[in-house]
Order: sequence, then C-alpha cells, then structure tokens
Amino acid sequence: MTIEAPRDERALRVVGKSLPRVEAAAKVTGSIAYADDIVLPGMLFCKLLRSRHPYARVLSIDTRAARAVPGVVAVLTGHDLPVNYGIMPTCEDEHALEHEKVRFVGDPVAAVAAVDEETAQAGCRAISVEYEPLEAVESIEQALVPPDDEPLHDYAGPANVHRLAALEFGDVDAGFARAAHVREDIFFFEGNTHLPMEQHSATAQVAGDKVTLWSSTQDPHYVHRALAKVLGLPMGKLRVVAAPHGGGFGGKCDPFSHEIVVCKVAMMTGRPVKCTLTREEVFYTHRGRHPVLMWVRTGVDADGRILAMHFRSALDGGAYGSYGPASTLYTGALQTTTYAIPAYRFEGARVFTNKAPCGPKRGHGTPQPRFALEVHLDKLAADVGLDPVELRRRNFVKPFSRTVNWLRITSCGLEEVTNRVLEASGYARRERRRGHGMGFAVSSYMCGAGLPIYWNKMPHSECVVNVGRGGVTLYCGATDIGQGSDSVLATVAAEELGLWPGDIRLVTGDTGLTPVDLGSYSSRVTFMAGNAAREAAAKMRALLVGVVADEEGCAPQEVEVRDGKVGRMTFEEAATLAEEHLGVLSAHGTYTPPEGIGGRYKGAGVGPSPAYSYSAATVDLDADPGSGEIRVNKVWLAHDIGRSINEMAARGQVEGGVYMGLGEALMEAQAYRDGLHRQPSMLDYKSLTFLEMPEVETILVETHDPEGPYGAKEVGQGPLLPVIPAVVSAVHDALGVWIDEVPVTPDKIVRALDARAKGKEARYGPKRFPDIPYPDLVKVVPPDAATAAL
Amino acid sequence: MLRLPPFRFLRPGSVDEAADLLAEHGDRAMVVAGGTDLVPKMKRGQMEPEVLVGLGHLTELRAVHATDGGGVEIGAGVTLTAASSDRRVGADHPAYTRAAALVSSPALRNVGTIGGNLCVDTRCNYYDMSVEWREACGFCMKKDGDICRVAPASKHCRAIASSDTAPAAIALGGTVVLVGPGGHRREVSVSDLYQDDGQFYLAKAPDEIVECLRLPPPGAWRSSYVKVRRRGAIDFPLAGAAVALAMAGPVVEGCRIVLTAVGSRPFDVSAAGEALVGRELTGRELTGEDGLLADVAAEAAKVAKPLDNADLHYVWRKQMTRRAVVQAIVEAAGHSPALAALA
Repeated sequence: MTIEAPRDERALRVVGKSLPRVEAAAKVTGSIAYADDIVLPGMLFCKLLRSRHPYARVLSIDTRAARAVPGVVAVLTGHDLPVNYGIMPTCEDEHALEHEKVRFVGDPVAAVAAVDEETAQAGCRAISVEYEPLEAVESIEQALVPPDDEPLHDYAGPANVHRLAALEFGDVDAGFARAAHVREDIFFFEGNTHLPMEQHSATAQVAGDKVTLWSSTQDPHYVHRALAKVLGLPMGKLRVVAAPHGGGFGGKCDPFSHEIVVCKVAMMTGRPVKCTLTREEVFYTHRGRHPVLMWVRTGVDADGRILAMHFRSALDGGAYGSYGPASTLYTGALQTTTYAIPAYRFEGARVFTNKAPCGPKRGHGTPQPRFALEVHLDKLAADVGLDPVELRRRNFVKPFSRTVNWLRITSCGLEEVTNRVLEASGYARRERRRGHGMGFAVSSYMCGAGLPIYWNKMPHSECVVNVGRGGVTLYCGATDIGQGSDSVLATVAAEELGLWPGDIRLVTGDTGLTPVDLGSYSSRVTFMAGNAAREAAAKMRALLVGVVADEEGCAPQEVEVRDGKVGRMTFEEAATLAEEHLGVLSAHGTYTPPEGIGGRYKGAGVGPSPAYSYSAATVDLDADPGSGEIRVNKVWLAHDIGRSINEMAARGQVEGGVYMGLGEALMEAQAYRDGLHRQPSMLDYKSLTFLEMPEVETILVETHDPEGPYGAKEVGQGPLLPVIPAVVSAVHDALGVWIDEVPVTPDKIVRALDARAKGKEARYGPKRFPDIPYPDLVKVVPPDAATAAL
Repeated sequence: MLRLPPFRFLRPGSVDEAADLLAEHGDRAMVVAGGTDLVPKMKRGQMEPEVLVGLGHLTELRAVHATDGGGVEIGAGVTLTAASSDRRVGADHPAYTRAAALVSSPALRNVGTIGGNLCVDTRCNYYDMSVEWREACGFCMKKDGDICRVAPASKHCRAIASSDTAPAAIALGGTVVLVGPGGHRREVSVSDLYQDDGQFYLAKAPDEIVECLRLPPPGAWRSSYVKVRRRGAIDFPLAGAAVALAMAGPVVEGCRIVLTAVGSRPFDVSAAGEALVGRELTGRELTGEDGLLADVAAEAAKVAKPLDNADLHYVWRKQMTRRAVVQAIVEAAGHSPALAALA
C-alpha cells in the first residue's frame, strides 16, 4: 500500500477553514454530559476530609462516629490506600489519603461515601483526627534553612529543597568578560491557579472484576497508570474515560486523590461512587503556576548582541513533587528558542513549602522566565541606547538552527510575528499622552514534549480509523479539554477522506476503547495526535481509492477524493465496495517524535520538541498615575501556528491565551497568609471579567512546519506567554516605573510612583535573590555550528 | 458542591406579620428577600438560621412613591436594578441611583433588594470563608470565635461596612422606616441604622424590619457616589465616597461627605467639607492648584483606618479613599470625572 504524498495547500478543502467546533452545539444547548452530570443507579456520593493544618503529624484518626451516621456507607483512611504515587517517576510522594503527615491545608486525610452529599459531609465532620502540629514552611527562603522539626519529604534536600539543576552551555565567564555591557535584574512571579469553569469530578463503577472511572482529566493514560499502581490491579482491569471537559489548563494533569478514592470505594461497596470537588477544594488541588523568584544577568557587545546569559530561578513548589522536576528545568529551557545565546548558564531550584502543590499551568514553567527575560531585555536595551525591538531583532534565532542547549529549531516565524504585530498595532508611532503606554514582547513554546513522562519507547499518539456500515469512526486517546482537539482530529480525517468534520464519529480519551495518546499537556495534541490521525486516515483513503480505481478501471492517482465522493462513487458506495473486497476496513497511524531533537546531557529531556510556535504581542493600556489602576485598551497577538487546522478554533485559543495572560499579569495570585490560602473563592481570587477584557486582534502567521500535520503547530499555550511582559513594559511606557513583580496591581504601581517621588528607585519588586546551594555545573559542549546545521 | 443546610421557610402575608414572626422565633430566625448575601453565607456556615422569614413575595415592599413635598419613598423590596433605573430617583438623587447601579453584578442586582443592601453584612477576609477555612484559621468573634483575627487587640469586630447605597442615602439625608412586632413603626435616619462594630453593625432591634427608604426633596443638593474596587463588574467596595453639595450657582452652601468600606459603619465626615462652604468650585479648586480639595479629602479620610482584611494593600485603600472623596466632590459639582483625575 502506498500513501499519497501530501497534496499542495491549494488542494486543502477542510483544513484551515473557520468552522464551529464539532461539539459546539452540544455545549451551547447543554446536552453534553460533563463528569458531574454522570448519574448511575445506586450511586454513592463521596467527600474528602482535608487537613486543617499546614503541617502536622497525624497521630490518630477515629472514624467510629462517622460510620455511625445514618446513610454513611464507607469510610476510608490512608490505611486503605497505602501505596504512594505521583505523576513523575522520580517523586512519587503522594498518598490518596495521608495517614502519617499532612503537608498543607487541604491535604486529604479521610473519605466518606454516603447516600447523598450532605450525609457524606456530615460523616466527614464526625471524624476526629488528632494532629501534632509541626512548624510550617511558608517561603522559599525558609525552605532553604534546615527545619527545626523535619523536612516535608525524606527523599530530597538539603533542608526542604526538592530539586536542583545547574547547567552550562559554552563559556559563560568568557562571554561576560568580553561584554561591552552587563546587566542584572531580579524578578518575582507570584503563583496563580488555573480557575477552570468546571470543578474536578470523578465517578467510578465496578462491573465484575473491572473498574471504570469517568473523570475530568486531561490525561487518562497517566491516571490509568497511577490507578493500576495504587489499586494493585492490572491495567487491563481498569478503564479511564476522560469525560467531556469543562476546562483544564494544566490543572487536571496529575492523578488525584478523589479519582483514586472513588475507585477504591466502588471496589469496596460494589456501588458506583461520585466525588465532585467544591470550588474551594479546586484551589487546594491546584497544581498551578509556581511562584518563582528569578535573577538574570546578561552581557552584550557594543552592538547589543548577547554574548552570555546567566539565569537563576527558585520555585516555590508547595507540598508535593507533582511535575516539579520538569517545572524546574522549564524555567531555564526556552530562553534560547527565541534568542541566539552563545553561552548560557542555568541554575534552578525547587523547594517544598506547606502550601497546595504547584504543577503545570498553560505554558508550564516558562511564563515566569519569559516575563523576566523580556522585561530584562527592555531594561538592557535602555542601558545601551537601543530600541527594545531592535535589540531583540539582533538576537533572534534563525529558522532551522540548533540552540546552545541543543534544541532543534525548525520552522520559525519570529521575524514575521514581530513585524505583523508591530505593524498592526502602530507601536512605533504610538500616541504619547500621560498615562498611556504600549509594550511589546515575544515568546516561543513547544508543540509537545519530545519525551513521555515515564521512560518508554512506545508511540506518543496512536489513532485508528474504521469505516463500516456506521460511517467513519476515529479512535484516539487524545482528550478534548476545551482546546478543540476533537475538532482537529475530525478535520484531519475529513480532509483525507473528502468529507466534513461533522461526518466523522469520534471516540476519544478512553483507555478501554481507544489506542493511547499521552494526554492534553505540553501543547502536543494537534502536532502528535494530528499526525497519527492523518496517517490513519490517509491509509484508509488509500484503501478506498485502490478498490475504486480497480472498479473504475483507472490508476489510483486519477481517483479524486472530495466532496463526499471517491472517484465517481459516493463515499458510502466506495465503502461498501471496499468492505466486499477487503472485509473489515480499519487503518491506523502513530506518532513518535523524531530522535536527535535535543541534547544528551542530564536534564536534556525538558525542552526538546518536534517544533516550536512563536508569538509576539503588543499591549496598549492606560495607567492612572493617581491610583495605579490599569485599563487595557487592546492587545495585538501574532502567532506562528504553522498552519491553522480550524481558523475559528485557533483564534479562540489565542483569545483565551490572551485572557489568561492578562489575568496573570494584572490580578491573579494564589497567595497565602499564615499557611492559609488568602482567597479560595471565585469572588476573592481576582481574574478578569468581560468588563476588563479588551479587544484582541489575532494575527495567525503560517510558516508550514515540515513535520506538523499539514504544517500545523500549537496554539493552546504559546499566545499566553508574551502578554505578561508586554503588560509590564506598557506600564513602564505609561508611567516610567518598572513593576518587577507579577501581578501588576494598582497598589504596587502607586508604591513605585511614591518611591520615585521620594527620589528612590522607580521600581517595585524583589530586592535580593537568596543563596541557594546549587550543585556543580554540568558543563555541556554546545553544538558545533557547522555540524548542527540542519 | 457546597450544600445549603436545612431550614424552615415562612411566608408571611405582610411585613407586620413578618416582624411578628421574627419576634416569635427570636435569634433562630432571619429575614430573606433576594438572598444574594444570605444564601452563600448559609452554605459557608457564616449564618445558621433555622427559620427564614421570606419578604421577597410582599408586593407592599416593592413600590416607589413620590412623597408629599417632593421626596421619594422606595420600598425595601425594590430590586437594585429597579431602583437604579428609576428616572424620578435618578434625577433628584444621582448619588443613590449611581450607588445602586454599582452594587455587585447585573444578575445579582436583578434579585438583590435595596433593603438588603442597606443591611448587607459587614465583610472581612477572615470571615467570608467556609467553615472549614475558618476552623483552620481559628474562628473569629464575628462567628464562633472570641477574638478579632485582623486586629487581635481589638475589643470589637473590625469587619468592613460594605454597602454602596448606605453612604449615598446618608449623604442625601435619607431615613428608613422600621417595622417592629405588633406593627410598631419608627423612622430613623439612615445614619442611625448603623454602629461602628463589625459584628453588631446594625443599630436596630433584631426583630425590626426595614420597610422603606425615604429620600427628602433634593432642593439645592447635588450628589455623586464614587466606588473603588478591582473589577467594575462584580466586586464589593474597597473604598467609597458619597458627596452631596448644596450649590448656589458655583458657590457651595453645604457639603456632606460619607465614606463606606473604611470601617465597620459608614462614616459621616461632613465636617471635613466645611472648608468648602462659601467657596466657588471652579477651575483652581478643581485642578487642585490651591490644594483645597486635597485638604478636604485628607481631612475626610482621617477616619479611614483600613486593615489587612480586604483586597489590595491597606495603605493603597487609604490613599484611594482620599481620591474617591475628591472625585465625588468634582462630580457632584457637575464637572467631569476627567477633571477629578487631575486633582
């Protein structure tokens, strides 16, 4: 069987069109069933009892009174679920229910299942837990000091340090020695959370010896693995279904306590069990943006070309490992995918504190350093008397090149997104009036992580296309979390088979029915599942074309597949004929990232991707010099998407990214006071409403990546990244003060203005970076420019 | 989800009957109209009434009347949306309709009532939390505890008065009619409805119900209300100033200034406005060249002692109180808010 070569872009009939998403009607009419809409006969409701202490030893748990509450069916403690787990193999430091030590307010210690939610809650209140409080660790600085009691975890250290990294590519000291100008800055990015519309929910059911879990998860495959480990069941006895999703943003990427608990209760009672978190519990479940303190030092030559950069980060990880080792390395990995840095040193540290655990959020580990880097370059440009855009241009990476840390760059629209966004926004000719400002920044993001989270050589994404008397059905483990991946899969299959996306039936995100896809994280689905779907559908097309060509007595390349027809036959006629000749019509496709896209040093697993997207933003705002209040007037966002599979969906992703970026830039803070979350509610945790959301002008730049499906790259995460530094830059443009701490709130602006009025530095932000016991540098020889040429 | 605890709901035939029911059930009972403040607080265990006396169905509370002599009487059950869009009220009492229009969000204003907003619970970010959060923190004297978490040395609760309409009603010289058991009615100034204690912030008897708000004829009084908050679509005030000016041409003949969200009750700081009486409010004053408005605002805001129990830094909230006063004066005098930004 031969697969036709990709057709040229003029022939594309569905790819690139603006079409409503395949699930849009079901969502707007309310007919879609989200995880919490699932109701099964005889279902129990489960609630978790959570720690009231930031840090304490659990001395005893007395559940007798809870078991006596009428309507309570099961009460669980950590003794029922003793097996540890965690998303990363190097830090499986969680238990579904903690029975030895609690590490943050909200840590689950017991579970009650009952006939209804009120009774389950009453059962939780009847449990008495005896704690011995320990001294809580509340800050990065405190975590670096040996604790009086004991560290949060015994597998890390020194003190409460979770993870350290120290890498050097090229001779950084020599670069600084040659520099005409060197600048240092310190920045802080406060933590924030995903704030999905949908609260997490999971329902489990047992039938015979098999357990099924429906959950609002982003990666059913990793949940599947964790369940098998903790429940002690073979994977074949477990099925995890990603329910239609009400928003992930990275917050539903870990296996969670409530998912494990409902399975266990279902196994113990034989009844279906549901657990839906309250909004407050979602704030505690978290896994959101790490608070990161950063120090950056850059040396440039007389022309503003970067000679060396040294970047240090310190991440406040909260109570557990989660994706922490990856998060740490991400704070240092992608500085080099926008700027050609010939010598680069990165030192990172993640610490444990007694707060809700941090993890991946849209842009995972890279929005914080991107904010620091872009603002730092603005300041550097001012130092050397260069326009900030020009300084950046002089250092842009080139398409089809290799970075100093060995990342393979392929298609790269950095110049074009810059030009387009500057042109559209009129940045160079911007109005000069009191309190008005514009800011500009660029960024880059991965189209999927080059390596899986646990080491294996299997494909990252697999897809099956079946054609039969029920039409076309596409099976793929990919999970639509609202980002539109179902529409991407349907569009790809429709393009290959000459149909419309609505003609494709989808079965996705179900470990029992679909081949694997690793999940909706690292912006990987369009690139990886899209390629797998394209391969499967192209093979199916070849099957149909072959049969029709024989029937019509022509060469296969003469058979056109378009508009619901294969040659002169309707698609249905062609499918019937093919089934007569071939029997079951099934084709599959897989995707595995290519080898050699990253380096071979320890830590090289984080950063490589089969392609990188590029974004540029300009932000126009008015900042009130009296109150520090900001009104964002408009955001222009140009994004190198490679090619949009569905333009309307792509624009939606850009607007969503801008929205989330503005929220992080201006308001959002997962902040703590005395070990307690300051604002675990939708009213008090501030994020933008419609009123604060400005117009967004989206410019999609198509660079046709050689390896993406039809040239497509990601759009789910990248567009968030430049928004935050562009806001900070615009505030400086408007008022002349630097706010080196995100979020940029009115009180910080007024403090910076007051400082300037008193003759002090016109700045608000952190003043020192702590002494961190970074290990000896791993010195990596950078790729030779000649041998690395692609 | 957070579940609403069980309660008994009573549906009185009149406001007089409602007051009798309150008296009968004592401190186990509360009234409910829109429920926008009460219902979430019941879910979080901040309020635990066993009996709710419904007022929302009482049409007698939902009327807006002109009163003899040119004032207006607004029934306590009138929704904030209806009150804020009433042209008669708006023409005479812009501070009030503006304040009503700035409460919370459109959806909540469609349900929330003007009586409810006058009586809205004081707020504090140690108190407006779930029972689990408050247990983890340690309960405070406003509910289940015995100390003030934000000011542990304080003898009384420091939760923040967060009504937008109360300062406007006070600045406009408003009164409320209270109905007690046995149909007993009394009229008190809106200012006398409050006391400076976050826990016992209402000075009325627990079994008295606000029946209506009366605003006197405006005469020469012109008014405005300025609210400071993070998000214009939803948030409670971080500071707020209602200003009424009696104007004879450009000359100020009287000035009332009332602040909200700076303490546990609305503060009438009209004494600070004395400096404006007899002065012309034209260019120099408004552009701040002679510092008059800034001085008035600084004097007015002296009473404001924000603490770390609300959004944003408390020093900023104090600064913004001064700004809100200046803006409200400028707006009441009939000048554009843009001018106030320069002051």
